Amino acid sequence: MSGSNGQGIFRPWLPFTTLLRKEVLRFWRVASQTLLTPIITASLYLFVFGATLGERISVLEGFNYAQFVIPGLIMMGVINNSFANCSSSLFMSRYLGGIVDLLVTPVSPAQFILAYTLAAMLRGALVGLVTWLISTLFAVLPWSSPLLAILMAILASFLFAQFGLIAAIYAKNFDTLSMYGNFLILPLIYLGGVFYPISILSAPWSNLSYLNPLFYLIDGFRHAILGVGDISFALAFGVSSLLAVALFCWAAWLIGSGKRLRS
Amino acid sequence: MEKALHIEKLSKAFGGTPAVKNLSFDIDQGEIFGLLGPNGAGKSTTINMVSGICRIDTGQITAFGYDNRTHYRQTRRMLGVVHQEIVIDNFFTIDQALSLHAGYYGVEDDPAWRQELIDRLDLGPHLDKVMLKLSGGMKRRFMIAKALIHRPKLLILDEPTAGVDVELRHGLWDFMREINRNGTTILLTTHYLEEAEQMCDRIAIMNHGELVALEPTRELVRRLSRRTLKLWLDNPLESIPAGLEAYHPRLTGNGRQLILCLPTDQGIGELLHQLSALHLGVNDFETEQSGLEEVFLQLTRSGGDS
Repeated sequence: MSGSNGQGIFRPWLPFTTLLRKEVLRFWRVASQTLLTPIITASLYLFVFGATLGERISVLEGFNYAQFVIPGLIMMGVINNSFANCSSSLFMSRYLGGIVDLLVTPVSPAQFILAYTLAAMLRGALVGLVTWLISTLFAVLPWSSPLLAILMAILASFLFAQFGLIAAIYAKNFDTLSMYGNFLILPLIYLGGVFYPISILSAPWSNLSYLNPLFYLIDGFRHAILGVGDISFALAFGVSSLLAVALFCWAAWLIGSGKRLRS
Repeated sequence: MEKALHIEKLSKAFGGTPAVKNLSFDIDQGEIFGLLGPNGAGKSTTINMVSGICRIDTGQITAFGYDNRTHYRQTRRMLGVVHQEIVIDNFFTIDQALSLHAGYYGVEDDPAWRQELIDRLDLGPHLDKVMLKLSGGMKRRFMIAKALIHRPKLLILDEPTAGVDVELRHGLWDFMREINRNGTTILLTTHYLEEAEQMCDRIAIMNHGELVALEPTRELVRRLSRRTLKLWLDNPLESIPAGLEAYHPRLTGNGRQLILCLPTDQGIGELLHQLSALHLGVNDFETEQSGLEEVFLQLTRSGGDS
């Protein structure tokens, strides 16, 4: 035996890069579920709203409906997949007990959050990117401020990665976890301005829409691409950033304290 | 030399119910230390507090001089843990999981060491299988390989051979002894008391969250076990003769078999003299030394007296 007790040099960031690699490999190994399915769903939306209705209706002056709806669909893919990656991976680990393998290692809470978050953001970015590539078959976007659009997409994926971590920690079973997606995120996305501008709604629905945090993410992203939105980009970015910071603090507290992870 | 593990006044309660109460003990470097106790004694809770799965209510744990809360990264990289429950990740094959696992501990994957573990634990033919397709014994062996992949200084084995067949169990214990000879300290919990007796340098017995015994294995067995002397008599007795009360006598076999209990520190000669004085004709006799199992039952049934 070459020696069981002679540890090599400790590389403080290796636990983080390993966990990140594992998380990316995890969704890559089941790419048909994690990447292909959301891309097919987005493609169907694009076909319905791009090929059939896109040229016939317009809800925003100067743009056809396909151009209006594509930024929302891209953002929907980013949000859904960032959330799903974190929530399903961490919850499965908790549910099947594999989390203990991680809890006994020197992975720090910061590394834990960062690795899960970056993997989720990568999956969200991949789905968003492919959705955009497919959308070019149906409409050309003006890309008014591409860097700001990327910034909003990054913010959205970060925010929903944090929410995914929080949901995975609080969920007691698969039903509870799916409720976060089906009864919270999905309605908020649909009512957050993916398919219509808030400005066409009458009171009180238009006012209520301002309480929907997803409205700011979607509108900010669309604003950066089309150059127009229901609210200013600065307001959309500001509200989204505040929300992202709040959720990050919440997730960091949960993971740092080991709440529901360590008994 | 720093203690491999130092536990001081450790307590933990779940929902107001104490699981570990004011527990203190040390493990020396290079030891094989057995932590035994009935189900619910607090062994796994103690191990989980050492490894970081479970939060500490009060008390302190240090591993090789590092506090496991304030210096958790230093302590955890020195520990390898084989959990009681089988922990698997079905997304990866054995080979992938092993190479990933070293990285969690901040150690570069060492292919030579990984191969050695694969060979010694006979995992070679199954490297490309996902864990769902492995047998129970194979999963146990994989968990041991995983716990050793970063070359820990203290290996914690929480019921590592539960549900494993006899042959595999013996193989695993041989391997553990070899790991120990190479310098790895081992903390072991097991329900196989005979193996604990053979493997462990020292044994701690817990009951109801408290330590009820902690001694070198031989001392513990010697001090607390009893010898039984069975006598086959020439002529049957109707009652137990007076003068033998101290030996807790029992008469069986229609009065032909007399069973006496001797403290381990008492020789048999004195008793034979007594029997001779009572004019008891002895045809044959047999002595039996109780082992760790009897000591364990004695301590955990009575509530403990160390």
